Amino acid sequence: MKLFQRIFFAAVLSGLAAGLAMSAVQQWRVVPLILAAEVYENAAPAAEPAAAQHSHEAGTPAHEHEADAWAPQDGPERIFYTVLASLLGGIGLAFLLAAVSVLSGIEITARNGIIWGLGGFIALQLAPAFGLAPKLPGMPAADLVARQVWWIGTAIATGAGMLAIAKLRNWSGIVIAAVLILAPHVIGAPQLAGEHESAVPAHLATEFAAATLATGALFWLTVGPLLGWLNERFVRSPAFALKGAHA
Amino acid sequence: MNTQVQTASVAGLSVSQRLIAGVLALFLGVVLVGGVGFASDMAIHNGAHDTRHALGFPCH
Repeated sequence: MKLFQRIFFAAVLSGLAAGLAMSAVQQWRVVPLILAAEVYENAAPAAEPAAAQHSHEAGTPAHEHEADAWAPQDGPERIFYTVLASLLGGIGLAFLLAAVSVLSGIEITARNGIIWGLGGFIALQLAPAFGLAPKLPGMPAADLVARQVWWIGTAIATGAGMLAIAKLRNWSGIVIAAVLILAPHVIGAPQLAGEHESAVPAHLATEFAAATLATGALFWLTVGPLLGWLNERFVRSPAFALKGAHA
Repeated sequence: MNTQVQTASVAGLSVSQRLIAGVLALFLGVVLVGGVGFASDMAIHNGAHDTRHALGFPCH
């Protein structure tokens, strides 16, 4: 299974490297905003009606305010788990990119890696954020499961749309792409009905939306070229030589 | 002639080779991203909380 070994190591290494870069910027620019928002989130319940804070439908698992669930201590422990989650998530996203490349038959290389990264950013960050803007803790939001379903559907539809252009390279590809990419936004992301007061000041929220998109762009534009470069290197490496490749 | 080595690419492999490797990679990606971004287990949610917010995943 030389092909899988090649993808495996390329995805793990590129996901780790890009995940590390993302983690550094996360801790610098994103996490401080989350911590600042939590001060307002934790101060809010006394002043606000509970419904504005917690929009869980019956049966939806409750979240971090449950006292009995494990949670990392603020400080080094919380940073450790955030970095760990970001690294594992980064590797997972690199695997998704590699899987799409292998299954679609479009090789990812050092040269086209930036396009793959851009595609990943658009499908898994920009398009979902267009409907569900990145939210800080303490900001009111619709039902969690409904948002997760819309998020995943949007990511898949957007990715499939871009793939249609890449594979078909004609007008029908563009039409299919337009339909797939627009559909989730025409259907509309789950939103709370009416106006809801947010416990979090607007300046934190706007800074957070910009910071998460920039951090995500850094990850994707790093992981794409890295994955492509490693993929090409491993193709030439004797350790990963494919059957019949030696003439 | 080593040009064949240089150009050994995904497109040159059989469909079944690509399918197996691609599905395995897809599975690993879905498990990792699903665990970090979507798992409803409270301990996982709390550990990955800041990452979920930072990556724009829906979170509480």
